[in-house]
Amino acid sequence: MEVRVANVRKEFERFPALRDVSLDIKSGELIALLGPSGSGKTTLLRLIAGLERPTRGKIFFGEEDASQKSIQERNVGFVFQHYALFRHMTVADNIGFGLKVRHGPSRPSAKEIRRRASELLNLVQLSGLEKRYPAQLSGGQRQRVALARAMAIEPAVLLLDEPFGALDAQVRRELRRWLRDIHDATGHTTVFVTHDQEEALELADRVVVMSQGRIEQVGTADEIYDTPNSPFVYGFIGESSSIPVKVEDGQVWIADRPIGLSAPHAPQGEATLFFRPHDVDLVEECNGCIAGTVAASRRVAGTRRVELEIGGERQRVEIELPVDHPAAQKSRVAFRPRRWKLFPAA
Amino acid sequence: MADPEIKSYAPHHESQSPAVTESRTARTVLMAVTFAFLAIFLLLPLIIVFKEAFAKGIEAYTQALGEPDTRSAIRLTLLVAAISVPLNIVFGISAAWAIAKFEFKGKAFLTTLIDLPFSVSPVISGLVYVLLFGAQGLLGAWLKAHGIVILFAVPGIVLATIFVTFPFVARELIPLMQEQGNGDEEAALSLGANGWQAFWYVTLPNVKWGLLYGVLLCNARAMGEFGAVSVVSGHIRGLTNTMPLHVEILYNEYNAAAAFAVASLLAGLALVTLVLKTLLEMRYGAEIAATRGH
Repeated sequence: MEVRVANVRKEFERFPALRDVSLDIKSGELIALLGPSGSGKTTLLRLIAGLERPTRGKIFFGEEDASQKSIQERNVGFVFQHYALFRHMTVADNIGFGLKVRHGPSRPSAKEIRRRASELLNLVQLSGLEKRYPAQLSGGQRQRVALARAMAIEPAVLLLDEPFGALDAQVRRELRRWLRDIHDATGHTTVFVTHDQEEALELADRVVVMSQGRIEQVGTADEIYDTPNSPFVYGFIGESSSIPVKVEDGQVWIADRPIGLSAPHAPQGEATLFFRPHDVDLVEECNGCIAGTVAASRRVAGTRRVELEIGGERQRVEIELPVDHPAAQKSRVAFRPRRWKLFPAA
Repeated sequence: MADPEIKSYAPHHESQSPAVTESRTARTVLMAVTFAFLAIFLLLPLIIVFKEAFAKGIEAYTQALGEPDTRSAIRLTLLVAAISVPLNIVFGISAAWAIAKFEFKGKAFLTTLIDLPFSVSPVISGLVYVLLFGAQGLLGAWLKAHGIVILFAVPGIVLATIFVTFPFVARELIPLMQEQGNGDEEAALSLGANGWQAFWYVTLPNVKWGLLYGVLLCNARAMGEFGAVSVVSGHIRGLTNTMPLHVEILYNEYNAAAAFAVASLLAGLALVTLVLKTLLEMRYGAEIAATRGH
């Protein structure tokens, strides 16, 4: 099912949690809503589910306007952050709940419900745990029961709120791969919320980066990482260094020195230069480069991070060097970013 | 895949550190004082109630309970409890639901209001009804004109009982529902349940032990209330006397054996309530521990 969010605004007690958000979700897509806390990602998910109503704007399921439909009518599978399993019901009863509460002919027989529950437990690799209670399961198992329960109602869209948020790192990684497999096998349109960029970039077909109630960028993992379109995305996704610069005559300047980067199309004036710490070329002869004195150096896994103080204002930037690179021993290092981007100063 | 680690939350009994352990004498004295206190003020009166009740033999006991006025008092007490307890269950659940699950203005005020019957003397709650419904009361003339009798009749007793017992269920449920939040209900709705199904299949089972506990206390108080009921009842024998009022009347008539016979029934009710409450606490405690995993 295609989902279209059109110019949605949501206020809580006059405080805007979402400001004019539009998003097209393709049928069968696995899409991540990524952002820091307070960015509005969970609000957007709850709006799609129908757990909240938009203050303005519309939400379409396919061609149909679903904005005023209740959560029951929307037929969405929602997996809650803390699973919200019914603690007094067995695993099988939890999974069968959505079928049991149906009315009339759409309600399967008790035997059929049991069969479906076992089938879904099989899908989430928990066969044989039908009679357990949620309290008797580990965190990862509860998460999988919650997903099976949401899928039991054959939802038009599957929505997951921080699906792995409460699990430890090891289990998270396993479940991530497992969720991708389930998605590929069932083909549900799936939206999940996360604050973990690694999770979003690894798992999703497309990532929606959000900040302060707005969508900053939508794209594949490659697009988001390689061509961030705003200072926020540059800073939020992956690691980045930034320095205040000046654009004049199509050249980038730090204080009174050009640094050998030409920017013929950038507007004149104050700007901020962004680059990835590992995306730099070290230069020996500083003929247009960024040069600084080493202020701090630390070992990070297979590389070394060096913090440099640049220019008279002693701006600090971080770059990455190979561990055995001679430059790491020097007190003065000169470099030029290989890939970079300028954003006008705010 | 994830290993199915299941944590047990059984409390472990560690020996106390020597630093906080009192000397043997101090311990003995403290325990002796506690037990002596309980024996003198709680256990002894209870034993005396039963001893006096049976002082003139079983026959006198059954005879006292078979007396028409006594039987009418028992019936009235059961009737009052049968009306006021269900009403307070409905009220308690709605109030707890409203306070725990919604945000609205005046919530703190409502919470305070629910506690009012606990902080006000029962006699005063009775008097309020007299001022409201009595012949010279605010609504007295109107009620009389329409032939509605509230005071010195069963409706007045029921009203007074509802007033003094309404905090029990609500106060038991509010913290429980607040702690559980809306998550389970939202999950039920997202799975297609309607509001009633969500309440019946999800909310109610989640609070059932707390609810039962509240109902038990509510019932014990409804049957045992003296002050408020005494003011509004009028003490008409065989008509508006509840068991506690009847005990007083019998006692004032120097009919100690009969008074204690009826009292023994009330004391028996208290004992049954205590036992049930203890059983519930054991059961309820285990349930809370089980749902607090991870």
